[in-house]
Amino acid sequence: MASVHAIPSLDEQYEFTAESKRRLIIGIVAGVALVGLGAYLLASGAGSHEAHHGAAHAAAGHEHAGAHHEYKWTTRLWANVWVNAVYFTGVSVVGMFFLSYNYLAQAGWSSAFKRIPEAMPAFLPVTGLIMLAVFFIAGHDLFHWTHEGLYDPNSPEFDPIINGKKGFLNKPFYLIRMVAYFGLWYGLWRVLRNLSLQEDLYGGTEYYNKSIKFGTIFLVVFGVTSSTSAWDFVMSIDTHWFSTMFGWYTLASWHVTGLAVMTLTVVTLKEQGYLKWVNQSHLHDLGKFMFAFSIFWTYVWFAQFMLIYYANLPEETIYYRERFSGYGEKYLVTFWVNLFLNFAFPFLVLMTRDAKRTTIFLKIAAWGIIVGHYFDFYNNIMPGTVGEHGGFGPIEFGMILIFACGFIWSLSTQLTKANLVPKNHPMLEEALHHDI
Amino acid sequence: MSHITSPVRTPLVTGGKTYADVTEDVSRQVEGRPTREWTIAFTISVIVLIYGAACVFWTWWEGLGVWGLNKTVGWAWDITNFVWWVGIGHAGTLISAILLLFRQKWRTAVNRAAEAMTIFAVICAASFILMHMGRPWLALWALPLPNTFGSLWVNFKSPLVWDVFAISTYFTVSLVFWYIGLVPDLATIRDRAKSKVSRYIYGAFSLGWNGSAKTWARYEYISLILAGLSTPLVLSVHTIVSFDFATSVIPGWHTTIFPPYFVAGAIFSGFAMVQNLMLIIRVVFKLEDYITFEHIESMNKVITLTGSIVGVAYLTEFFIAWYSGVEFESYAFINRATGPYWWAYWAMMTCNVISPQLFWSRAIRRSVVWTFVLSVVVNIGMWFERFVIIVTSLHRDYLPSSWAMFHPTLFDISDYIFSFGLFFTLFLLFSKFLPVVNMAEVKTVIKSSSETLPKSVSGVAKGERVTKPAFNKDAE
Repeated sequence: MASVHAIPSLDEQYEFTAESKRRLIIGIVAGVALVGLGAYLLASGAGSHEAHHGAAHAAAGHEHAGAHHEYKWTTRLWANVWVNAVYFTGVSVVGMFFLSYNYLAQAGWSSAFKRIPEAMPAFLPVTGLIMLAVFFIAGHDLFHWTHEGLYDPNSPEFDPIINGKKGFLNKPFYLIRMVAYFGLWYGLWRVLRNLSLQEDLYGGTEYYNKSIKFGTIFLVVFGVTSSTSAWDFVMSIDTHWFSTMFGWYTLASWHVTGLAVMTLTVVTLKEQGYLKWVNQSHLHDLGKFMFAFSIFWTYVWFAQFMLIYYANLPEETIYYRERFSGYGEKYLVTFWVNLFLNFAFPFLVLMTRDAKRTTIFLKIAAWGIIVGHYFDFYNNIMPGTVGEHGGFGPIEFGMILIFACGFIWSLSTQLTKANLVPKNHPMLEEALHHDI
Repeated sequence: MSHITSPVRTPLVTGGKTYADVTEDVSRQVEGRPTREWTIAFTISVIVLIYGAACVFWTWWEGLGVWGLNKTVGWAWDITNFVWWVGIGHAGTLISAILLLFRQKWRTAVNRAAEAMTIFAVICAASFILMHMGRPWLALWALPLPNTFGSLWVNFKSPLVWDVFAISTYFTVSLVFWYIGLVPDLATIRDRAKSKVSRYIYGAFSLGWNGSAKTWARYEYISLILAGLSTPLVLSVHTIVSFDFATSVIPGWHTTIFPPYFVAGAIFSGFAMVQNLMLIIRVVFKLEDYITFEHIESMNKVITLTGSIVGVAYLTEFFIAWYSGVEFESYAFINRATGPYWWAYWAMMTCNVISPQLFWSRAIRRSVVWTFVLSVVVNIGMWFERFVIIVTSLHRDYLPSSWAMFHPTLFDISDYIFSFGLFFTLFLLFSKFLPVVNMAEVKTVIKSSSETLPKSVSGVAKGERVTKPAFNKDAE
């Protein structure tokens, strides 16, 4: 360690201050209050403008195979929980994904801030339990395929196409898969995290080599489960619809969001006086990652859209029809906002080299991506669950606030549990001298 | 780039080479007389090329009727070969552009040959486009020129036209990238040249390179710009090739995963071809110190990764064909796996998905023989992948009365052989007259990535590696 003197100390402990805790609690309380207010408005029908437009929408809104015979206002509540849970599951698991491919690729530079992606997956059990609970409580309202009548040839509800998917879309198998995803992702993260903490204590290359192994195992697992979980969590909501790209599309969305969260965390910590050794070159590289994977998301989005648009097969185009002109064009704005915030915005903001090296631009771009991809999931989940009853009200903002504060809480707690410098990481020396 | 190299990193140059050694080792084959191996290989390639060219000529003279196409299967070996060659061409740009952006030092030893391979592979691919037009003298109709005989323009809605744009852009940028990378090395050879003729030729192509700091700064600047330009091209070219199929409504073709899955498959086959070429080059030209087991292993890892991505895509397609409940789609896939072309499907599955998994074993990954054999297997598999996609989707269309099989004729086969003759003739010429390893770039990693450094790399005294290397897993 010839060059350790380049930084003042290899020990830095993050402090989760009482002040931050207080703010997060206020955030959660405010979120709960907003959700409560929104719920009250929805239950009493007062806040819902839709009631007035209901008749106009009825004509446009019924392409969706009769998913909601009787709409209950609670569906919108649970749909909101689901959107946020899926979104934050993605953000969390991408921390593990990032670590794993950095190990496999023998990346050096990222070891300087690897504690941040390492802290992200700790939130997985929370979102996992929430998703299980929502599935038990409101699965019937969110997932059309859970209706028994669809599989009964004698029922008026019988649907031969959905009946054909029975082998995959059935409650026991679905639950097994859901538990398996969270179990595997979280379990493998625990292994990697422990190896990393032990490396801090004992040093040597043994932990590094083991981390590469377990990282690779995770990548194999995630290579399959990222696609299947996207089908389960999102695609199965629009039960009739299908797209082979959907798994990678969701992965691209999760991935770039995770990168933006990582960048924002690094920049924020730096501004608080931590991570002194993370220099402009690291920030530049993080900016490049956000830039590149925003374009990658757009590529995947466009390829899926264009092929469906071009072939113009009704069973496929219905998906975009619903979002474009269905439900009284309720989702048209978010459709465009999604494209703007996730492609045009980061593309233009992060275009120049200087922008990628300047914290304020990184923050702006990261916020754009983080907000933008919320709309991505909103747009993929809401039309199939609440249809013409969707919208933006206190319930949406409140739910985001609750989940975001919960995630920050979990992330901060994890950050306190380890030295911010992985001081025995064999690549650390390279990262400390990262210069591009 | 950081000058600190972690001790866990494996070295990329062995044998304690100095800068002068690099120049010497790489320039030797450019300056020396052609070796016996080269002469034999070149003669065979030229003979194959002449035979193939005669067959291509006959194909044009007689018309495409000499191929085995029929009314149901209107595309077969022609487009299979085209996609196969374009795919092979992907590794070059990935190595030169994306790996440059990712600052992968191991790319320096293989980028030159891989880029050359890309250019020749794209030429081979383009030859099939010209061939399957039947009347190649009308090829200009594929360009967006206002038709002087009327007001007809190309159909901009057709992905086939997008393909013409994509491939020509790709070819141009790859060629420029490759040539710019060659300039410092051409100047090296110019400065060492003994005959007037070679001094003149290499001198003209080295564009007055003088090796000043300013020149180097410009060189690095333009390399990054070209890398930035080429990176989207790596994705776009095969994406648009996949659109040729995926925009249609033919079961087995119309599937949204095609673009990224084609790109992964292309990189997969491209790396396999790079392996085949580099494994021969390193032995014949005695470059084992530059193209080391680390390079072979890294490329095998890329092959395993992209092969597995392709495997996930195959399974996704199969699953969604069932899940969608679309009977035509489901039938197309069941017909692939169990119909009259089952052997092609299982050849593809075995070669592309199953056999690359052997590379999970470190011993196999680092074995020259295994690598060579598996790389050939991968390219056989990738040929079958395109054949399966094209022919099995076409041969049983919506009208059972028109169902047919495709039987290749002598000309289908010979026109394919032509492309091998062309490819190897060009590649052998390249390997004789141009340095197959980028000397200038290898020299940039010597200090950071040599196994052992000589006492003096360039007249400046150098010590040993700073820390105790931890890279050697075999030593106990």
